[in-house]
Amino acid sequence: MKIRWISTPYIVWMIMFTVVPLLLVFFFSITVQTDEGITFTLENFKKLSEPIYLKVLWRSIYLAFVSTVICLLLGYPMAMILAGTDVKRKNVLIFLFVAPMWMNFLLRTYAWLTLLEKNGLINTVLSLFGIKPLNLLYNNLAVLLGMVYNFLPFMVLPIYSVLSKVDKSVIEAAQDLGANNFKVFTKVTFPLSLPGVASGITMVFMPAVTTFVVPRLLGGAQFTLIGNLIERQFVLVGDWNFGSAISIVMMILILISMGIMSRYETEHVGGGFFG
Amino acid sequence: MSENIIELINISKDYDGAEALKDVSLTIKKNEFVTLLGPSGCGKTTTLRIIAGFENPTEGTILFEGQNINSLPPYKRKVNTVFQRYALFTHMNVFENVAFGLRIKKFDNKTIKEKVSNVLHMVNLSGYEKRSVDSLSGGQQQRVAIARALVNEPQVLLLDEPLAALDLKLRKEMQIELKQMQKRLGITFVYVTHDQEEALTMSDTIVVMRDGSIQQIGTPVEIYNEPKNAFVADFIGESNIIDGTMLRDYLVRFAGHDFECVDKGFGENKEVDVVVRPEDIKITREEDGMLKGVIKSVTFKGVHYEMIAEANGVQWIIHSTAMSPVDSRVGLCIHPNDIQIMEKVVSE
Repeated sequence: MKIRWISTPYIVWMIMFTVVPLLLVFFFSITVQTDEGITFTLENFKKLSEPIYLKVLWRSIYLAFVSTVICLLLGYPMAMILAGTDVKRKNVLIFLFVAPMWMNFLLRTYAWLTLLEKNGLINTVLSLFGIKPLNLLYNNLAVLLGMVYNFLPFMVLPIYSVLSKVDKSVIEAAQDLGANNFKVFTKVTFPLSLPGVASGITMVFMPAVTTFVVPRLLGGAQFTLIGNLIERQFVLVGDWNFGSAISIVMMILILISMGIMSRYETEHVGGGFFG
Repeated sequence: MSENIIELINISKDYDGAEALKDVSLTIKKNEFVTLLGPSGCGKTTTLRIIAGFENPTEGTILFEGQNINSLPPYKRKVNTVFQRYALFTHMNVFENVAFGLRIKKFDNKTIKEKVSNVLHMVNLSGYEKRSVDSLSGGQQQRVAIARALVNEPQVLLLDEPLAALDLKLRKEMQIELKQMQKRLGITFVYVTHDQEEALTMSDTIVVMRDGSIQQIGTPVEIYNEPKNAFVADFIGESNIIDGTMLRDYLVRFAGHDFECVDKGFGENKEVDVVVRPEDIKITREEDGMLKGVIKSVTFKGVHYEMIAEANGVQWIIHSTAMSPVDSRVGLCIHPNDIQIMEKVVSE
């Protein structure tokens, strides 16, 4: 107990850079600057309920949801393959899988830009076969592609880590009791991997719903997701109050989804943050 | 009792060139309690896994009721397994764990409920249906594992060191319970253990294994009283194993003395191993003994004393309820019936 003072720098850090900014954001979200000074209001939140903003909010959630589903569908088999291979090959596979993550996020997304653009690599190759250039950029698909590409490892790794810890004798026990491979998967392997699936979903959905780099680069200037909306309030419009209000709403949405997911994550262990 | 249920014929198993089983042949009868006994790495678990279908033999044939089941996957075999560390489904409660096999076989809910509650009653776990398996003690988890296997009414139950993780007292209780269960249900048990006492307590037949091959098959009494070689004798209980010479039928020389014995057919002047159990050596007055020696150490073991006596250059382990003090001179007597003669094992 006596060495608790060691944590003091961290506590100071947390207060300065987490607690105070949060309070500030909250303060901004419930105030407006008028000529007479600062007044408290819920006007900022009301503004967010205008159809044009709701549409942006909806599109963000929708795209994040779809990319999460795609990541899950692609990532689960990948995680199973990783967990199933022997150690030597496994290390190579994991390396290949993780290596792109060591590169800068922006750079990776720019790379897609050069691949997909009108005179990009894909269209150049296609034109060799006499196919007219396709509009690959600046639409939902391009944004989804960017999200899936960037966030897939966050789905695979937690599922892989849970799957690789599943006791092999449990699988054998299920076979022993009459379950064929399909039944073993649906009744034992998949349910046991749910905590990994839940953290995978959280780890993909959260950055996907708030990303502003991917839609900015691959979605084009007019393509607005909630992340871009917030960015624009602070950088271009200068309406910090509205920007803060959107941020607060996003935080609440994320907290809710985390709460739902952590139920699955901790279901069999008990306890946990939202347990 | 006479009908064979499982036959292993010349089974061999290689793991990447390392031989785990060498030409193992074994016949298991209906309703028999067979124990595969041996030190770790002797191939007993591999044998069990081959019967369950988790491993395929490199060579040889497995028959189940006369039918070749070599290529039958585990989920189609009429055997169930109790795993060493139970391998319970942690995402299900006790009821669902036990009901697993029945649900796969698509029994209706009413039958499932009935069967599960019967089998849980049998293993003394009535009322635990809704409990999560993590909240149970080791002994209780063990019972769930047994119930989960038994509820399918298998013809053969395979048990892979099921009691290894339990403490001594619980293990003894479970040994008795398992044996009673096996008798009552009339199921064939194939039981793997490295604990010789457990094997002697529970089995109808013991199969002693070493380095992937079978050393001896017999009843517990046969295995204990007439071990076929020094390895079996040494592994089953404590024993004095001495080099000896079979002079002729019914006469053996060891420790510098000629003993009458009950064995014959070894030939004349043949080198043999002689086994004498510690409880079979009688301590007498020095002048009455076949061998004369001196007590080197005495250890109190509860029921008996364990004494080490030195006589004619051999250290004898002796178990007796009467204590002879250290350094006292004593005579040692061995009855012809208690001398077990074995051919020398050719050391590899």
